[in-house]
Amino acid sequence: MVQDTPHSRPDIQIDGGRLSANIMHFARCLRAAGLPIGPGKVLQALEAVEAVGIGNRRDFYWTLHAVFVNRRDQRELFDQAFHVFWRNPDILKRMMALLLPALKADLKQEGPEMSRRLAEALQTGKPKPGESQGGEEDQEIEIDASLTWSDRELIQTMDFEKMSAAEIAMAKSVIKRMSLPIMTVPTRRFQLSHLGHRADLRATLRQTLRSGGDVIDLATKRRRERHPPLVVLCDISGSMSRYSRMLLHFLHAVTNDRDRVHTFLFGTRLTNVTRYLRYKDIDVSLEKVSGAVQDWSGGTRIGRSLHEFNRVWSRRVLGQGAVVILITDGLDRDAAEGLGEEIERLHKSCRRLIWLNPLLRYDGFEPKSSGIRAIMPHVDDFRPVHNLASLADLAKVLDHVGPRRHGGMARWLAEVASA
Amino acid sequence: MTNPLPASVDETLELLQRGDYIAERSLATALYLALKLNRPLFLEGEAGTGKTEIAKVLSATLGRRLVRLQCYEGLDVASAVYEWNYARQMIEIRLAEATGEKSRENLGGDIFSPEFLIKRPLLQALESDAAGPPVLLIDELDRTDEPFEAYLLEVLSDFQITIPEIGTIKAEQPPTVIITSNRTREIHDALKRRCFYHWVDYPDAAREQDILRVKAPNVPEHLSRQVVGFVQRLRGMDLFKLPGVAETLDWAQALTQLDRLELDPETINDTLGTLLKYQDDIAKIQGSEANRILTQVKAELSAAHSA
Repeated sequence: MVQDTPHSRPDIQIDGGRLSANIMHFARCLRAAGLPIGPGKVLQALEAVEAVGIGNRRDFYWTLHAVFVNRRDQRELFDQAFHVFWRNPDILKRMMALLLPALKADLKQEGPEMSRRLAEALQTGKPKPGESQGGEEDQEIEIDASLTWSDRELIQTMDFEKMSAAEIAMAKSVIKRMSLPIMTVPTRRFQLSHLGHRADLRATLRQTLRSGGDVIDLATKRRRERHPPLVVLCDISGSMSRYSRMLLHFLHAVTNDRDRVHTFLFGTRLTNVTRYLRYKDIDVSLEKVSGAVQDWSGGTRIGRSLHEFNRVWSRRVLGQGAVVILITDGLDRDAAEGLGEEIERLHKSCRRLIWLNPLLRYDGFEPKSSGIRAIMPHVDDFRPVHNLASLADLAKVLDHVGPRRHGGMARWLAEVASA
Repeated sequence: MTNPLPASVDETLELLQRGDYIAERSLATALYLALKLNRPLFLEGEAGTGKTEIAKVLSATLGRRLVRLQCYEGLDVASAVYEWNYARQMIEIRLAEATGEKSRENLGGDIFSPEFLIKRPLLQALESDAAGPPVLLIDELDRTDEPFEAYLLEVLSDFQITIPEIGTIKAEQPPTVIITSNRTREIHDALKRRCFYHWVDYPDAAREQDILRVKAPNVPEHLSRQVVGFVQRLRGMDLFKLPGVAETLDWAQALTQLDRLELDPETINDTLGTLLKYQDDIAKIQGSEANRILTQVKAELSAAHSA
C-alpha cells in the first residue's frame, strides 16, 4: 500500500538524509531475516518517522514496530534486530565494509539468544551458499532467491546425512515452502453444488420465492470434502538424529500448512509436541520442542513408545480416521519386544499407516533387524526418507486415497523371502 | 414441581443424592459453581463414569425439562437448531397460487413464519416454561467437527440464535448447560474457556460400593464387595479399556441374575465380557490372572473383616 503523495520522499532531511538511508538498510536487514518487507513498507516507515519525529528512542522503536511488524511471531525478531542495528550509529558503515571484526563482536555480545537467521542476515558480506564471491551488489537478495536450479537439483537428491551446514540451510529453506497435499475424504456436511445428487430443499425454496412461486427449480447439494487428520510419530533416537532435525523442519512446515496435524516424538519415551510446532516462527518453535523433549539422541524403545501412544493418545487423536506416518529406522533397543502387537493395534485404529524409513535408501536393504520385521507386516505403505526428493515423493503417496489395505507389503516381503 | 437451585456445595451433594447419584465433592463443587454463575459445565472423562447421568439427575431433581442434543460427526444447523418444514411450505405456495395471491412479499412473510419452523434441541433449550429454564445436555461433543463447535461457541456465549428469515431469538433465562466429552478429540480451548471444567474420574472403592448399593439394591452385600474389589484391581492394570462404573453395575447385575453369591474363577471367566470389551484385554485377564486377582481380593476382604 504505497500512497503516491505529491511530495516525494527524499525531502526527509532528518540527520542530513543519513537516517532515511539507515532506515532503508534496517528494512533490508529485516527482509533478509525473513520478514515480508517491500519497498512500500520502507516508504511508510519514512513517513511514519517523519510524522512522529525522533525525539526519543522508545518512540522511534514503536514507530518502526508499527510499520514493520504485522504478526505476533515477528516481534521477537524485530526486537533483536532493532537493538543490534540501532545500538551502534556507525553500523551502516560497518555493514558496507563487509563485516568488520567489530560487528562480529557486536553479534557475539548478543550471544546465544540472538536469532540465527538475524545473525546471518546481518552478515551480508559473507558469501551465501550457492552464490559466487563478490556478490556485494545483490545484498538484499534473500538466501532462498539465490538458489540456482542446478544447486536445487543437487540438494534434492543429496542425503541429509552427508550435507554440509550450508547445504542444510538451503534444504531447510526449500522445506519451508513445501506443502503436503493429502487426499480428501467426503465428510457428512453438504454444500450447494450443481453436480450434487441430493435435493437441497432450503435453497430450492429460497429460489422459488424469487420467482414468486411460479417455477420450482430444484437446487442440489453434494458432500463437502476435507483432509483427514494427520498424526506423525517421529523417532528422535541417536541413529535418527541427523534426520530428525530436518524432519522437524518438515513437520513444522506441514503443521503450519493445515489444521488437524498431531506430532509425537519418541526415543525412550513419547512426547506430544503438537502445540510447540504451531508457533509460526520456526526458531521459536524448535526451541520450545527441544525444551519439551528430554531424550534427544538416546536409545529407542519403539514398542514401549507405541504402547504409550495406543493407551493414552490413540483414542484422542485417531478419532476421525487419521492417516498415521511413522518415521523410524526400526532399530530398537528392546529387540522389538511387544512391538508387533502395538503396531498391529495402531494399524487397526487408523485409516492408513505409512512408514518412512531412512535406511531404505540403501539398495541392498533387507529387513533383518527384529524391529523392522515386526513393523513390516502391519504397514500400508513404506518409503525412504533421507533427502528432499523423498519428502516430495511422500506427498504423492499421501495424495491418492488408495485402498485402506493394499497388498504391496505382503508382495514385497514375499519377494525378499524368495530372493 | 420445580425446586430452587441449591445454595451451597453441600446442598448440591444432597440434591444429587436425592436423584440416586453419589458424587465426589469436587464434582458437586463444579456443578454448584456452574449453576450459581450460570456457566456451562464441561465434563470430560472415560466412557461409563456417569457424565450423562448428571444432566438427567439434575433435570429430574430440579423438576426442569431435559433437552438433549446427541452429537455425531457432520451434525449441522438443520438437525441441531432448526429446520423449515419444506413440504408444508410448498403446499402453502401452491395454495397461494390457487387463491390468486400473487404478492411476493406477502408470500415470503407467510411461509417463513414460526408455524413452519421445526425446532431442534438448541432452539428448544432457549424456551423457558413454568418450571424454569431447561437443562440442556450436549452429549459427546467430541464427535462433532470443529465448525459446529465454533457455532456452539456463539450460542453458548449469549444464548441467542439468529434465523435469517425471522430474526434473533433470545432466551429470557439461559438454560443450564452440561457438555460431555469422551475425549476422542481435543475440544478447542476457546470453548473450554467459557465453561467450568471437570474431569470425571473412576470412583474409589468406597464410593463405588455406595453406587452399587443405591443403583443395584438387589445385589447381596458380600458379592458387591468382591465385585468392587475385583474391578478396582483391574483399573490398576495396564488394559486398553478399563471398566467404568456402568460395567461394574452390569457385572453385578449379571452375577445376581446367575444366582451367584460369591465370585469364583469359573464365573469370572464366563462373564468377563460384561466387564472388558477388548479381546486383548480379556485374553490378558482370563484364567490364571483372574484367579490371582480374586485370591488377593478375598484375602484383603477377610483381613478387613477380622480387623
